[in-house]
Amino acid sequence: MSLLSKKSQQVLVDPLVHNNPISSQILGICSALAVTVKMDTAVVMTLAVMFVLSLSNTVISLLRNYIPGRVRIIVQLTVIASLVIFADQILRAYMYDISKQLSVFVGLIITNCIVMGRAEAFAMQNTPGKSFLDGLGNALGYGSILILVSFFRELLGSGSVLGFQMVPQAFYDLGYLNVGLMVLSPGAFIILGLIIWVQRTVIKFEEV
Amino acid sequence: MFEHYLSLAIKSIFVENILLAYFLGMCSFLAISKKVETSIGLGIAVVFVLTITAPVNWALHHFFLEKGALSWAGMPTSDLSYLNFIAFIAVIAAMVQLVEMTLDRFLPVLYQALGIFLPLIAVNCAILGGSLLLVERQYTFGESVVFGFGSGIGFFLAIASMAAIRHKLRYSNVPPGLKGLGIAMLLTGLLSMAFMAFSGIDL
Repeated sequence: MSLLSKKSQQVLVDPLVHNNPISSQILGICSALAVTVKMDTAVVMTLAVMFVLSLSNTVISLLRNYIPGRVRIIVQLTVIASLVIFADQILRAYMYDISKQLSVFVGLIITNCIVMGRAEAFAMQNTPGKSFLDGLGNALGYGSILILVSFFRELLGSGSVLGFQMVPQAFYDLGYLNVGLMVLSPGAFIILGLIIWVQRTVIKFEEV
Repeated sequence: MFEHYLSLAIKSIFVENILLAYFLGMCSFLAISKKVETSIGLGIAVVFVLTITAPVNWALHHFFLEKGALSWAGMPTSDLSYLNFIAFIAVIAAMVQLVEMTLDRFLPVLYQALGIFLPLIAVNCAILGGSLLLVERQYTFGESVVFGFGSGIGFFLAIASMAAIRHKLRYSNVPPGLKGLGIAMLLTGLLSMAFMAFSGIDL
């Protein structure tokens, strides 16, 4: 990555592990859980968030000197909502089945705290290029958790990964059963809780 | 008819709890549930706003945005449903402002108690999610009132019980990496399992 300066690299990589939006900043958990029953929905959701977050950061950063401070929330919401409508229409046009499964959660990217949070905390103070990288990095950090949670939920809950059967038939013949709990909502909470535990132990992050 | 509404209410309060089954409103749930008093304040505010915004957004969708909804204005082929997101979020922000002003004028005690939570609710996913879900499930007007109110009560119950559990948790010895968010997620999982036990109740 010699394309990017040291500082830009930092902006891009930091949200992946050390400052992960979900597990460290506690942002955007709503959608992180709902779309993780299967891996394909999680991947599509990650792409949609990546699109919205990096572009909204760029646009808001371009406008940052023209937005009056008192109405900035409304301006940010309008930019984000327009981008989400755009993403939703693309999904409906080209991936209708998956967009049906994602149901209301594409629309909920509007109120996803990551998008608003990054617009407010980063894009309002930084240049468009950096804001784009920050958006991309945060979306990747968000997506990595999403894909990790959905990997475990799909593997344990349905015995498959990305729709391909992973647990061999011989296991089922010996009496192995899929963990039904993983498909239901408690499974998502528990898996995410465990992932956060591991991640925070590794980076030695402790909440007071 | 009454039974239908009652069963919808039970369903939206317990079985399909907007927070524990649909994960809506998790951010404020995790951030606010550290203290019992504040979580009750937020819970009441959510009940209030959700009960009002659900029918208003239903009407907006039904009379303006739905496919063919503008036939009363002589435009039978219009389909503005792609404007749902932006229209709903605007209605929610406006309703929150309206509720705030009304409370300030007529119920200043409640207004003081809710404090900062009312404006924050405008960006709570539970509110927008509620409106989007009632469009997706094609509820009628009556159903959307019941659904809005029931979901609000469900959120209130979940956040109040979570705050009570976290209050007790202060005296327990949690491993360092699990403190805060980690243990909160695990607890929410258990709570969500408990709420799921209500599934199967059919009125």
